[in-house]
Amino acid sequence: MVNFPVSPSSVSPRQLKENGLLEIKNLHASVDGKAILKGINLKVNKGEVHAIMGPNGSGKSTLAKVLAGHPSYEVTGGEVIYNGKNLLEMSPDARAREGVFMAFQYPVEIPGVSNAQFLRLAYNEKQKHLGQEELDPLEFKDLLKEKAALVEMDASFMTRSVNEGFSGGEKKRNEILQMAVLDPDLSVLDETDSGLDIDALRIVAEGVNKLHSPEKASIVVTHYQRLLNYIVPDFVHVLSAGKIVKEGGKELALELEEKGYDWLKNGNGAAAGK
Amino acid sequence: MSPAIAKDSSAYLAGFNEAAARHLDEPAWLRAFRQQAFARFQEIGFPSVHEEEWKYTNVATIARGDFVPAVAMNGTRLTKESLQAWSYEEAPTRLVFVNGNFRRDLSSMEGLPEDVLATDLEAAAADEELIRESFDSRGQTANGFVALNDALFSGGLFLQLKTDATVKAPIHLLFVTQTVNGNNLAAAPRVLIHAGRNSSATIIESYVSADKNAYLTNAVIDFVLADSSQVQHYKVQREGASGFHVATTNAKLGRSAKYETTSINLGAALSRHDIDVVMDHEGAECAVDGLYMIEGDQHTDTHSVIDHRQPHCTSRQLYKGILDGKSRAVFNGKVFVRHGAQQTDAQQTNKNLLLSQEAQVDTKPQLEIYADDVKCTHGAAVGQLDEDEMFYLASRGINPALAKNMLTYGFAEEVIERIKIDSIKRELDEAVLNRLHSEFHIEA
Repeated sequence: MVNFPVSPSSVSPRQLKENGLLEIKNLHASVDGKAILKGINLKVNKGEVHAIMGPNGSGKSTLAKVLAGHPSYEVTGGEVIYNGKNLLEMSPDARAREGVFMAFQYPVEIPGVSNAQFLRLAYNEKQKHLGQEELDPLEFKDLLKEKAALVEMDASFMTRSVNEGFSGGEKKRNEILQMAVLDPDLSVLDETDSGLDIDALRIVAEGVNKLHSPEKASIVVTHYQRLLNYIVPDFVHVLSAGKIVKEGGKELALELEEKGYDWLKNGNGAAAGK
Repeated sequence: MSPAIAKDSSAYLAGFNEAAARHLDEPAWLRAFRQQAFARFQEIGFPSVHEEEWKYTNVATIARGDFVPAVAMNGTRLTKESLQAWSYEEAPTRLVFVNGNFRRDLSSMEGLPEDVLATDLEAAAADEELIRESFDSRGQTANGFVALNDALFSGGLFLQLKTDATVKAPIHLLFVTQTVNGNNLAAAPRVLIHAGRNSSATIIESYVSADKNAYLTNAVIDFVLADSSQVQHYKVQREGASGFHVATTNAKLGRSAKYETTSINLGAALSRHDIDVVMDHEGAECAVDGLYMIEGDQHTDTHSVIDHRQPHCTSRQLYKGILDGKSRAVFNGKVFVRHGAQQTDAQQTNKNLLLSQEAQVDTKPQLEIYADDVKCTHGAAVGQLDEDEMFYLASRGINPALAKNMLTYGFAEEVIERIKIDSIKRELDEAVLNRLHSEFHIEA
């Protein structure tokens, strides 16, 4: 596949000026006919880390899945512009090849397919898309070795079936390994901290930090502030009942930790919607 | 029972008469046994869909198929070299059967260890005591196909592992069908394998066709495992697309004997495999695994019986099926735990993956327990590709066609990866991926 540079006409002048990567406008989504997202607005520029926080059921995981294109979630309104393109019109696999990555809260086990096989096939799909060289198993082994070191993953994980029999922490590290291999522009980490002990949390967070650059952006979805001690956000957005009800800098996460989500219910969510 | 089908057996009658004339030098008991078997076949004919065990598998096509029993029809164009294509590199000993007849001239016997004897079954039958028991044990439970094999088999093989024989390299039984004189042949391969006390061996049983014509393979393979013997058995069915494959595998396990079998079903227009493992002594163990992968109008049917007759026996069964097109599969797995068979440990699983809306599976795992201190589980599943798994792969940039192939391959792999012979593994990996027209390849 030939890789054309993004034509200037497909990128709005505003985005070029502001270094924008993702713009979510008035996004509505439902699952099984039940409205979950009720008008989300969010702008993410290259180089930024955004945290999405909120109580259970607020819709934060739904937002992550809608961005990745999960088929169970129906977008009922709004739009999402990614790199000047309409993200919602792309299939999930096309989004990934365009540089969107979601680290799963519950990574899926794929019996019978080795981790190395899976990672190489995924890597080559993207290379093909970008018109770049695909790697054979031997060449890929070297790349994989380098990336695995980033999340302190042993070579034995590469010959095992994808996520099968992995502990919770190993699965999450495997997610970050995939992220390292696929080198996405936009990473969405969906509750990556859930079920992690403190050592695994540190390894995962350090991996994410090492992969960050001024050209890339991350959206970190989390219930607790704990992860944000390691992955420090530029912006914190608080979701409640499908809407962003409060926004601020990293200090907002600490405030939430201290006061709890109930604090928002007492009229302190007024800052929502800008 | 269907008399209409039974009557339609004139070719078999002619074949039987011809065989009987050729078998004059056989021991009297065997000739009488064959007479009886043929009489039974004439009485009951081929099974019909009115019989419970054949409810979903209609063999009327076989009954009407004008197959000529290959009593003495050996193909001649095959050479040792041309047979190489179907060899397994790990198995230097290759015992070749053409149209059911054991062909010493086409076999490679060099690798056969001294403590393994390969003799003509009809000649071995002179020792009535040695052979007769395993023939007689089926008695009136034999179906029409088995009765027909009993009556007609010609050029059978008796493979005997002596006491304490440890056979490292697998022994390959290669069954090739080749048309002779333009006839659609009915081959009746017959092998009896005795594993002596404390012996161990690996047997590969594979079925192929040398041409594209229609034919019937009607095989009976009997295993008798003496105390503490261990047999690993692989059955690889890759019959031609116009072939019909009916096979019966029996295994009788002695005390602390271990029988592990994996049946792979890929070929044939219609295949039916009856597998019957009897654990009549304490401490026996068996693993009865299988994989069927069919497409188009293919039909495959596995009927397995695992019979725990004594205490402290263990059985494991994992059968997986992948169906595409309008294919149809039947799995019927019975596990019996008889009175007094305490401390039985039995697990049975059948899982099916449907790749098309038109494919169909009838699965029936059956557990019948007459003892009270046992550990038994069983289950069956029929499903399509898992949506979460598909999404997971998509989220990593893998296109849906490739994702489907990866998941299907992975599904088969649970059975394939248990196989301990690399060249069989490779053959199956390739077969699975070829069938999927996959763009992804296996890494070393």
